[in-house]
Amino acid sequence: MTKEEVWKTLELVKDPEIHSVSIVDLGMVERVDVHDGAVSISLLPTFLGCPALDIIRAKVEEAVKQAGASAVTVEFLRHPPWTSDRISEAGRERLKQFGIAPPPRQMSPGAWQVECPYCGAERTVMENLFGPTACRSIFYCKQCKNPFEAMKPVLVSR
Amino acid sequence: MERRDSAMSKTQVHFHPDGQEALVELLFQLADDDFLLAYRGSEWLGLAPHIEEDIAFSSISQDTMGHAAMYYQLLEDLGCGSADELAHARPAAARRNAVLLERVNGPGHYLREPRYDWAFTVVRQYFYTQAKRIRLESLTKRVYTPLAEVAAKIQVELHYHLLHWHTWFVQLTNAPGEARTRMTKAIQDVAADFAGVLTLGAKGADMVRWGLIDDEKVLTERTIAALAPAFAEVGLDWPMPFGMKHGNGRNGEHTPDLDEALATLSEVYRAVPHAVW
Repeated sequence: MTKEEVWKTLELVKDPEIHSVSIVDLGMVERVDVHDGAVSISLLPTFLGCPALDIIRAKVEEAVKQAGASAVTVEFLRHPPWTSDRISEAGRERLKQFGIAPPPRQMSPGAWQVECPYCGAERTVMENLFGPTACRSIFYCKQCKNPFEAMKPVLVSR
Repeated sequence: MERRDSAMSKTQVHFHPDGQEALVELLFQLADDDFLLAYRGSEWLGLAPHIEEDIAFSSISQDTMGHAAMYYQLLEDLGCGSADELAHARPAAARRNAVLLERVNGPGHYLREPRYDWAFTVVRQYFYTQAKRIRLESLTKRVYTPLAEVAAKIQVELHYHLLHWHTWFVQLTNAPGEARTRMTKAIQDVAADFAGVLTLGAKGADMVRWGLIDDEKVLTERTIAALAPAFAEVGLDWPMPFGMKHGNGRNGEHTPDLDEALATLSEVYRAVPHAVW
């Protein structure tokens, strides 16, 4: 396998909880190396308490083996920290398709403003800082009257 | 015993042999603090004041448990035993968490008539999260790279924990009637043991000497400076001095609350040693 083929394969590995978005879209893939058919992949965990990390590892191993790698090793790095600005433009669009607003590009103290992923309105309010997972929050759109989730901005200060 | 590898990658690590004891001690304090408070948080599942809080608090507790797992992993990397074993199998006397964090959520039992104290929980979480933030800030600038990297990662997540508990702290304390009375009492209860969170214990001076963390006096000053604006916001007097009413957990002093917590949280681990986590 070539590096390019591995990256293409990883684009098919979706987040276990957000089926429209791949781990490449999310910016979780830090490095791919190929030596004599053996593939090693370095991933960045989004949130440390995320229970999906082991599932993602298993899915990556399976997908890359099926694509023809003789051996696959997957490791999670603790550095650099994953930040929400690693999510690609395509990833941001695919999050919206799933009904999740992409994270704001800047972190403001206190409340942050997000657009409704359904109607694009800016008249939204945060209902709960913590959604069904640590990386998401729950919002309500005053325009189309739909509740929706938003990815939290996670950025390194300074 | 066969155990699955943890999610995070393993790295061989080295620190100056003479400084290793202080490093290990510090890591046990960090790990046990997060582990016990995450456990107490998990006991609130299904019992929080409303469903949104149930979701938020369980996310925060799960995340905090993830932080503890990272510290136990660093200890495993240093050859201190497996992370699972360090979390589940160490007796109370070997634990280094602050006593404040092991204390029960309130009277009753989570399965039988829980009469948990939400005010105490909010104050404990808010105070602890501020102290944790200050400690992490110090750790990110220090000499032991694996710990500095983990601290930087935890720091970005902690921002949201802090926002959450600050909101509760201010809203409940500024609410009229019973809420303010109960929050005022909870602040006194937490302050009575909060010095136990701020201290680095008997080996604190060694930790500073090896460049692992700032002096506890400096950390304490910074934590007080971080907490003070919230007291101004709610118009309450500063609850000084902080005490260690129920003992110094950093030196292995603990309450029966910890024995009960360890017996419960390690029940499956002890019953089925080959369980996959």
